[in-house]
Amino acid sequence: MTVHLTSDERAFLAGVHGDAAALAMRIVVDAARLLGAPSLVEITSAHVDGCLYHGDGGVEFAERLVAGGGKVRVPTTLNVGALDLLHPATVKGDAHHAAMARRQMDAYLALGCAPTWTCAPYQVGHRPALGEQVAWGESNAIAFANSVLGARTERYGDFLDACCALTGRAPHHGLHRVENRRATVEVDASGVPPELAGSDVFYPVLGTWLGLETGGEIAAITGLPPRVTEDQLKALGAAAASSGAVALFHVVGVTPEAPTLEAATQGQPVTRKVALTGDALRPALDRLSTTDADAVDAVAVGSPHFSLAEFQTLVPLVRGRRLRIPFFACTARDVLAGLAARGYDRVLREAGVDIVVDTCVVVTPILPVAGGVLMTSSGKFAHYGPANTGYQVVYGSLEECVASALTGRVVRDQGAWAW
Amino acid sequence: MVTGRVLVPGEAVGPLLRLRAPISFWGGVDPRTGRVADPRHPDHGRSLAGTVLVVPSAVGSSSSSAIMLELMRNGVAPAAVLMGKADAILALGVVVGRELGYPALPVVEAPLAELRGTEDGARVRVGPGGEVAPEDGSDHIPRHD
Repeated sequence: MTVHLTSDERAFLAGVHGDAAALAMRIVVDAARLLGAPSLVEITSAHVDGCLYHGDGGVEFAERLVAGGGKVRVPTTLNVGALDLLHPATVKGDAHHAAMARRQMDAYLALGCAPTWTCAPYQVGHRPALGEQVAWGESNAIAFANSVLGARTERYGDFLDACCALTGRAPHHGLHRVENRRATVEVDASGVPPELAGSDVFYPVLGTWLGLETGGEIAAITGLPPRVTEDQLKALGAAAASSGAVALFHVVGVTPEAPTLEAATQGQPVTRKVALTGDALRPALDRLSTTDADAVDAVAVGSPHFSLAEFQTLVPLVRGRRLRIPFFACTARDVLAGLAARGYDRVLREAGVDIVVDTCVVVTPILPVAGGVLMTSSGKFAHYGPANTGYQVVYGSLEECVASALTGRVVRDQGAWAW
Repeated sequence: MVTGRVLVPGEAVGPLLRLRAPISFWGGVDPRTGRVADPRHPDHGRSLAGTVLVVPSAVGSSSSSAIMLELMRNGVAPAAVLMGKADAILALGVVVGRELGYPALPVVEAPLAELRGTEDGARVRVGPGGEVAPEDGSDHIPRHD
């Protein structure tokens, strides 16, 4: 199948806008061809995940774009890098790692991207409107942009996100098209006990279950409290995108494309309906912990990056206390600025909280090298932690994470899950 | 033999690798060794290098393209990838690797349910037109352990 291109788009391929723009357009068109997209769609913003160092190939690609005169053509934010640029001692990588990670981050700045360095760009001001066509990378950000903001993006991986930014185009397929955004599965969550449904600890588990249960289908969740918070939706999407390829979910009465179930399904019947039960949720909860060890060696929170609101929950839990084990809170540098303006950064550091910015503990070596058991309130950390850090993981609420960090012993209230 | 849709052209021969669970390359595959790195994956420790890797559907992080690029750069990529459903993640890593001049590998969207007689470990050939067939040309493939 050939991809229909406008004369402007053909001009890119012909090198009118330089070598990097031509390379980027070749890759966008290749992607469109392999996805079966008939044409490209103009985008209004991009979020680039390709700035994280995975190896020297990624640096080579970014520097090729810089050398070819590449510049982004739409406002573009950057996902985490492999370094905490504000606190360089945080990352323990070797000299080659540090140098290459820096080169990769610098290359994306040279392309004109904004130095946001966060996996939650939507909480530092990058919030496309309902129906806006965008090209975003980073699985949690994709799920958030589509689901919570109602912007339209497909799942863009490293490289394609940057190529879309350099051309202002994306393959016109998948979730860019309204007809593909319709829910085909109804998840009835009305049986969830209200106290559980109102607690932050529920949402990463719901997301993990959703990813496993619905995979690439689009779910409309009914029966959740209308006051579900943005951070709860963030946690839901991040976990669902980790355990499955979830790029869009609807929460009826909450998310913008789902004022009603009928709106979420675009008036068509769903192919199946699943009632969420305690028995079904239990394996998802269990999956987020890989050990039943009693001792805990470190705590990490903030995947996706902690918001100011989440810090406002953490601060009173640790104020005036002293944590006994390393406690990492990962966030955006813009959120850190907000903490500093309120004096929270000092309260947190005095309690022993390490505030990590621009990166996070699961993508780069930050945790103590000895290894052991990591406790987290993040479904995404719990999912990726064991493979990426070598740590066993224990999942718990933020309150349980703090209680465990105060004693060095795992504190978990299983009663919250009695259902 | 089945014929799929060519996502990235090329030819390859190798042992079929059917993973027992979906995998996210990011967090699931070590880019230096090509081995399954997620201790929770049932195929933890198996190497993807040189295999004809069957990927029924995509799962997990969008950074998986970057891991594919590093596997190519480090010479530990699969010999070919057969996808049940095309996506712009794994195949895109191969497209970028080709732009950077790394040895490319064929990626084919193939009707995997029809790929009978090709058990895990069986040697298969991926042809330039998206043909996937037992290497010896027969329809019966002995089991390799």
